Amino acid sequence: MLRADDIGVSYGPAEVLRGPSLAVAPGEVVAVLGPNGAGKSTLLAVLAGTLRPHRGEVALEGKALAAWAPRALALRRAVLPQHSELAFGFSVLEVVLLGRSPHAGTATRDQDLAVAEACLAEAEVAPLAGRSYPTLSGGERQRVQLARVLAQIDFPAAGTGRQGRYLLLDEPTASLDLAHQHATLRTARRAAARGIGVLAILHDLNLAAMYADRLVVLSGGQLAAEGSAEAVLTEDLVLAAFDLPVHVTRHPTRGCPQVTPV
Amino acid sequence: MAEVTRFAQQRQRRGLLALWVFALGLGAAFLLAVGYGAVAIPPGRVLAILAAQAGIELPWDFTRQEQAVLLAIRLPRAVAGILVGGALGVAGAALQGLFRNPLADPALIGVSNGAALAAVMVIVLGGALAAILPPVVGQALLPLAAFGGGLAATFVVYRIASREGRTDVATMLLAGVAVNALAAAGIGFMVFLSDEQQLRDLNYWLLGSLGGVTWDRLIFAGLPMLLGAAALPLFARQLNALLLGESEAGHLGFYVERSKRLIVVLAALAAGTAVALTGVISFVGLVVPHVVRLCVGPDHRLLMPLSILLGASLLLVADLFARTLVLPAELPIGILTACVGGPFFIWLLLRRKKRGGW
Repeated sequence: MLRADDIGVSYGPAEVLRGPSLAVAPGEVVAVLGPNGAGKSTLLAVLAGTLRPHRGEVALEGKALAAWAPRALALRRAVLPQHSELAFGFSVLEVVLLGRSPHAGTATRDQDLAVAEACLAEAEVAPLAGRSYPTLSGGERQRVQLARVLAQIDFPAAGTGRQGRYLLLDEPTASLDLAHQHATLRTARRAAARGIGVLAILHDLNLAAMYADRLVVLSGGQLAAEGSAEAVLTEDLVLAAFDLPVHVTRHPTRGCPQVTPV
Repeated sequence: MAEVTRFAQQRQRRGLLALWVFALGLGAAFLLAVGYGAVAIPPGRVLAILAAQAGIELPWDFTRQEQAVLLAIRLPRAVAGILVGGALGVAGAALQGLFRNPLADPALIGVSNGAALAAVMVIVLGGALAAILPPVVGQALLPLAAFGGGLAATFVVYRIASREGRTDVATMLLAGVAVNALAAAGIGFMVFLSDEQQLRDLNYWLLGSLGGVTWDRLIFAGLPMLLGAAALPLFARQLNALLLGESEAGHLGFYVERSKRLIVVLAALAAGTAVALTGVISFVGLVVPHVVRLCVGPDHRLLMPLSILLGASLLLVADLFARTLVLPAELPIGILTACVGGPFFIWLLLRRKKRGGW
């Protein structure tokens, strides 16, 4: 379990997070929703251990995040950043192999390559393996980075205990076309099926309703709602949190709620 | 699997080949550098003289004069060239990786100019000081001051950019620009104060030269330089991860702040002692890592050892030209490296526009 309790973060006088609590369990996909400036990315940075909250605590498997050695932590959770620039021309395969850094000394080169290849396939970027990263489009880069963070924690070698592992995705679908938005969330679902706890910041409520087990809505640095798509995506709540009047209908084949602005 | 494995093996073979080529290149540059001059010593004899020092007899005859010239004059100069070139090359590679900025080199974070200012102050103001100090200290004063000045400049830049145990790389780069400007103003003032003879010394030193390197001075500056240059490649994996970004490197399990601090100190050590020994030699730290990246890509595990080899070869060849082009005088080597490095860098910039990456 990756758990954040009563998190408070302020930048100067501005309180960005005002006490939300949140937990991710292995095997589930949690979508974090909310308007711009609600504190979603800040919360993700706190969960990742990049940002120390001024109040509250984050714990992984019951042990405070700060008490984990960086490398042990890196074997248990990976973080997909919103943007990833690389000034130098690494090949796509080399970028994905960077995800294997915390395994240095414990995994063989063949194991690293096998995992890298599986993750390239998972993120549907296998044909790009030999390309130079700076020549890729924004969407391609985002999928390569997804392959990299998968390579960090996914496909553990047989015999190494199947402890909880967590994937934190900061707007993984931001620069993707429609087909790849769905492909990326299917990748996240498959990772969850392999026992990884996934937390993703999403902007598309319908996408979240289709793929997430649990939705968390942040608004003004506080938890506005949490629960299944059924429970969370109501016309009142979306109006309150996003200040947007919507109709909620049913997905014609899946039956999950779908939101259409009025 | 087949394709990924094949691709990885191809990369590995290319890296291994590059290592051999660069190492052989350095060997050739060394034999050329120590063999060429007023007393020419063919490569076979060079090897024979060196082997004789170790008590091994090789089937080449050599004269006592050749032996004396090689051991007392050419060899310390060549070893200094290898050390300084290697140190500047690897320090440049490390700083470019750390700053994720292909324009970074030891000069940019203030090491070179800080060292230069301290050395210039010794030359102009230190005359009185040297008179009261014992001769040994007087001789060591210039390199010591240069080294201290380089470290001090780096420290100031580093402190400006650090807050609450974190170092902001962009601020550090800008602080380097500011410290460089201040150091340059100080150097200018010293030049203004200096008399005719001091001016000649200053010029020579500011433009760099391997002339006058003796075994004594070499051992003094060479050990810390060697330490810095040899330790930097140990941070190759950290630097690779840092290319993704600092928080990304942290997410990958590296101690980011500790690595950054050590890399900066080691680079300052390598480059600062290089400046202390031979003066300011520009463009080596900037250009060498770029050439290596063109050959093998940006992986620091290859980039750093290859930058040592190429930087060393480049400086040996540059020094060969510096001491033979305008006989009987010597050109400052910094002029040569800038003449070659400047146009080359412009070419790189133009090429980058077309390719969209370094």
